[in-house]
Amino acid sequence: MKKYIDTGKKDTRSGFGAGLEVLGKTNENVVALCADLIGSLKMDAFIANNPDRFFQIGIAEANMMGIAAGMTIGGKIPFTGTFANFSTGRVYDQIRQSIAYSGKNVKICASHAGLTLGEDGATHQILEDIGLMKMLPGMVVINPCDYNQTKAATIAIAEYEGPVYLRFGRPKVANFTPEDQKFEIGKAVHLQEGSDVTIVATGHLVWEALIAAEALQEKGINAEVINIHTIKPLDDEAILNSVKKTGCIVTAEEHNFLGGLGESVSRVLGQNHPTPQEFIATNDTFGESGTPDQLMEKYGLNAEAITNAAIKVIKRK
Amino acid sequence: MPKTQQLEDFVTQVRRDILRQVHKVNSGHPGGSLGCTEFFVALYQEILERKDGFDMNGMEEDLFFLSNGHISPVFYSVLARSGYFPVEELNTFRLINSRLQGHPTTHEGLPGVRIASGSLGQGMSVAIGAAQAKKLNNDDHIVYSLHGDGELQEGQIWEAAMYASGKKVDNLISTIDLNGQQIDGSTDDVLPLGSLKAKFEAFGWDVMEIKEGNNITAVIDGLKEAKSRTGKGKPVCVLMHTVMGNGVDFMMHTHAWHGKAPNDEQLAIGLEQNPETLGDY
Repeated sequence: MKKYIDTGKKDTRSGFGAGLEVLGKTNENVVALCADLIGSLKMDAFIANNPDRFFQIGIAEANMMGIAAGMTIGGKIPFTGTFANFSTGRVYDQIRQSIAYSGKNVKICASHAGLTLGEDGATHQILEDIGLMKMLPGMVVINPCDYNQTKAATIAIAEYEGPVYLRFGRPKVANFTPEDQKFEIGKAVHLQEGSDVTIVATGHLVWEALIAAEALQEKGINAEVINIHTIKPLDDEAILNSVKKTGCIVTAEEHNFLGGLGESVSRVLGQNHPTPQEFIATNDTFGESGTPDQLMEKYGLNAEAITNAAIKVIKRK
Repeated sequence: MPKTQQLEDFVTQVRRDILRQVHKVNSGHPGGSLGCTEFFVALYQEILERKDGFDMNGMEEDLFFLSNGHISPVFYSVLARSGYFPVEELNTFRLINSRLQGHPTTHEGLPGVRIASGSLGQGMSVAIGAAQAKKLNNDDHIVYSLHGDGELQEGQIWEAAMYASGKKVDNLISTIDLNGQQIDGSTDDVLPLGSLKAKFEAFGWDVMEIKEGNNITAVIDGLKEAKSRTGKGKPVCVLMHTVMGNGVDFMMHTHAWHGKAPNDEQLAIGLEQNPETLGDY
């Protein structure tokens, strides 16, 4: 079993900020827009280095999406920054018409996704954003697992022509993927080889999946762990090849089970290779105030929940 | 032939194109299209500095964004007759597999269109973004946008209006089609707009009026005046008074033809009032 080392907990939003800082130096067409959340999105370094390429929009997210769409006309690559809630639900029609349908090269960068935003509560904890965004034709949806991967993803999406939704979060989480990794949009990453059960996870639940795999190993169960950082386009082949070997699957995400990664996986399995599946996700509910750890435990989004789901799904084979 | 007569002939032909497009498919929006015919002809024939051909980025040329996308018939007619695509393609308006969708879109690759519009209130933000990109590119061309007056009921317009002046987007000219009508009735009945001059001035814009928005000479003069006001620290708002349905007597001064096509008999009357000039498609 491969061993993964947490090199020190870091927030994925800082990975975004670090990636944006790199782009400020390497790609003169990259511009950044923010709706009054510079500090939360860690955009300070980009702004300090490239003041002319930063646009403070104010608390007006709809306007921000339209301006970003307009800036692509003129060859710019706009990166918009605000919370996931205000990056999606609040501005869905602006994204739909002016960005997605218009095929504009805008990178919608969304922090504070999911329950782990914590104490602010459900008004700010969107658990529906992956579903909203993956349903838009042509939209790429990426949810990296740690600081290093978020930085790599931020840099990679500037090279991709087309609209992208990049989702990351507020709390400090394990940082365990390589610092110098090459990020390939749409390409799943195999973290553990196993034969008894497949665990596919996205975002910081990938780390929880690795802990679950260790716990399962102690019970004599070999779990295969796959990091699905790109929910759309989904790496169907990686998922199908794995379940053909293991015969069952657990999906794990910090999102509603309706519309999330789990449903995308179900579609692939149902069409190609029907397989028992358990969902680690929220159960059609809003969140609430609390610390991130408390919320992950209460809503069943941690290593223990993944371990139990794996044991359950193996019995359904 | 004097230039003004040429432009008036152009306007008359565009009115015919509008009526024939919506009649053929028994759908579309003739009222607002007819009211803005002089504006589009003035813009594309006299005002815009345009490059030959079409590319999406539009570097080193003026840009136009139609925010109230439902008046696509006038947009398509003027784009076609200004050389962006074959005039015959107007025959495909709103038909299956056409590039001339009910509302304008980039999705089918129609030359001349740079953004999808139809869901209202979004075009000013897009125009601002394009204008700021021009500034970054040291491109001193102008960005124009057109909005319906009813469209100003959308909140995003006022987010954009606040931003444009606050950030000194002074290479932007946004024209408001003041016809006083929207689908459900007059704007006063549906939701009064109040003084748009006072509102835009309070939002920090340089506001001017074109009182005769259906007089081609007045529109050209007004847009030239607007252009002369750019580059002075403020976005420019043009309040353009028009008559919905202008040029077809039974369609004028009413919201009834906002989104309704003429029948065969009505088409014949409308075409009689607007005889063929440049040649039908």
